[in-house]
Amino acid sequence: MKDSIHDLLDRVSEPADDAVRPHLSGPGYQRLRRSVVLATAVVALAPLLIMTGVNLYQYRKAMRNEMAQPVSRLTLNTKRSLEFFLEERRSALAFIIEDRSYEALCDRDELTRIMTNMNRSQSVGAFVDLGLINSDGDQLCYTGPFQLEGRNYADQDWFYEVQRRGTFTSDVFLGFRNLPHLVIATKHEKEYGDFYILRATISAQMLSEQIRTAGMLPTDDVFLINHEGILQSPSRRYGDILTPIPLPVPHYSPGVEVFEMDDEGGEEVLVAAAFIESSPYLLMYLKNSREAMAHWSTLRNELLGFLAVSAALILGVILWVSNQFVNNMREASRRRAALLHQVEYSNKLASIGRLAAGVAHEINNPLAIINEKAGLLKDLLTLDETIPNREKLLGLIDSALGSVKRCRAITHRLLGFAKHMDLQSDTIDLPSLLEEVLGFLGKEAEYRDLHINVEVPDELPTIESDRGQLQQVFLNIFNNAFAAVEDGGVIDIAFAVPESELVTVAITDNGMGIPEQHLERIFEPFFSTKEGAGTGLGLSITYGIVKKLGGEIHVESVVGEGTRFLVILPVKRKG
Amino acid sequence: MNRLRVLFVDDEEELVSAVVERLDLRGFHAEGATSGSKALELIASRTFDAVVADVKMPGLGGLELARDLRVRRPEVKMILLSGHGSSEDVEEGLRLGVVEYLQKPIDIEVLVEVLERAVAEGA
Repeated sequence: MKDSIHDLLDRVSEPADDAVRPHLSGPGYQRLRRSVVLATAVVALAPLLIMTGVNLYQYRKAMRNEMAQPVSRLTLNTKRSLEFFLEERRSALAFIIEDRSYEALCDRDELTRIMTNMNRSQSVGAFVDLGLINSDGDQLCYTGPFQLEGRNYADQDWFYEVQRRGTFTSDVFLGFRNLPHLVIATKHEKEYGDFYILRATISAQMLSEQIRTAGMLPTDDVFLINHEGILQSPSRRYGDILTPIPLPVPHYSPGVEVFEMDDEGGEEVLVAAAFIESSPYLLMYLKNSREAMAHWSTLRNELLGFLAVSAALILGVILWVSNQFVNNMREASRRRAALLHQVEYSNKLASIGRLAAGVAHEINNPLAIINEKAGLLKDLLTLDETIPNREKLLGLIDSALGSVKRCRAITHRLLGFAKHMDLQSDTIDLPSLLEEVLGFLGKEAEYRDLHINVEVPDELPTIESDRGQLQQVFLNIFNNAFAAVEDGGVIDIAFAVPESELVTVAITDNGMGIPEQHLERIFEPFFSTKEGAGTGLGLSITYGIVKKLGGEIHVESVVGEGTRFLVILPVKRKG
Repeated sequence: MNRLRVLFVDDEEELVSAVVERLDLRGFHAEGATSGSKALELIASRTFDAVVADVKMPGLGGLELARDLRVRRPEVKMILLSGHGSSEDVEEGLRLGVVEYLQKPIDIEVLVEVLERAVAEGA
């Protein structure tokens, strides 16, 4: 009977566990935490990221413009001076061919004099040689350092070009004399479709000198190429004249084009390109972007650093706040669940109590009849000594009466335990209440050979409290103590009166003890060290009841030595 | 010596007959009644030193009986029996001058002792 009551109580406390736990399940809160963090992070970080992005883009654009402008200006100036240089020389030739007669130009001395005069002038000098070529391509007259008189140019490209256009500026080439030079030529029409050509050679070095512009950084590179991408002036990056450059040739445009491209090494360069009018030349200005944008990259790094630090701070705050928020929610929900559980638990206990009381009461009546009938039988047997087997019959009756007594003890205990499930005021003698509670565990104590010592002072006042609730309090504490000790363990119960209005009960076991980190959480709902076995509610309910009764409960423990629960109860109920 | 006159009241006939016989065997002059109203009839017509009654009976219960006796026969000692003793019942009983409260099932020797003491005290 004792055991089955025990089972019953166990069962009362167990099922609620399943009902409460899913409510508190971790994944739900993890999801909530994730959503909160994500939403807040997006709202907080997105504007920051967008603003930083826009800023970066605009800064970069502004800096690029700033960098491109001088390059573009420099390129344009150089383009103009080159065009002017070539135009001057073409004009000079055009003037001479119009001004002098064919015969005069055919005179070698005259030709030499003309070239000398031109070279003497600052603006139209730099001619290496000068020659007159007839419509068959024969050089009739020549002045210069080489022996080129009588050469025939009829099969050369420039000869056709000059016939077609009237004037011509050549690529830089090595020609018969194996020196880089360029040619400008101009045609004069005679009557009857005949013509002759005045041709002059300029050293390629003159072109290079024209583009050696001031204001360049040592890493900048300015050079001329022709339409095939062959260098027409030396380049710092790509070498000497007539070397092909590894960059694509830009498409024609009348002004200066500034753009960025990756050079042969994959590095970004800023390029300004300008076509030189009336010539096959293309002016290129290359500037190392990274160097030019060094200031930019510092700025960008600062901006990105600032962004990273702010983002980290914001994220940190978001995580912290969300954590707090979700933890608070979880805590609130846990409290609510614990409260519900407690209510449910006491409701169940109350109905079981009523049921037990009803059963006990109903059983008491037939039990009384058995008791009296058997008692009467015993009386009759005692009086009549002549009845055969009298002794044996008396023995049998005594054993029946003994059983009735046991039944009575059980029903009385049941009634006592079940009575007063609601908070009531009873006058309680604590030692006998504890004895009553221990009665439920008596079998286990006997079976496990546990020693339970009770120490009661001479003058222990009865207290005014709730019997049923106190039974539960001590049942829970004893359950814990029983679970903590090994077989043969010792549990000491000591009563004391520290103040006139207080009574304390100290329940000390010599069990395994409770680690310090568990100790402070031991009264929290759902905290359990019995993995899978406990609901983690027993001690929280105990705590709640003791508080409700106006008392206090403390626990102290040393691992390996034992645990002491101290219950302090007021002699008179408060409130 | 005068035999003590005891009236035992309980709604269980089987219990009444057995207890009455056992009290007789122990030198009492015992009579039984199976309801409160029958008990009142007997009390009206005969004299008893003590009445033992169950608290919970159909119709007239032990407490009502005690209330009635207190007015009509205050000299009669009253002992109540109960399946379970709720504190209100005990308090009410004590107010009505009930001598003792016994829980069922009773031990006949205890009842005898209580009866003898009660009557001796009252005398």
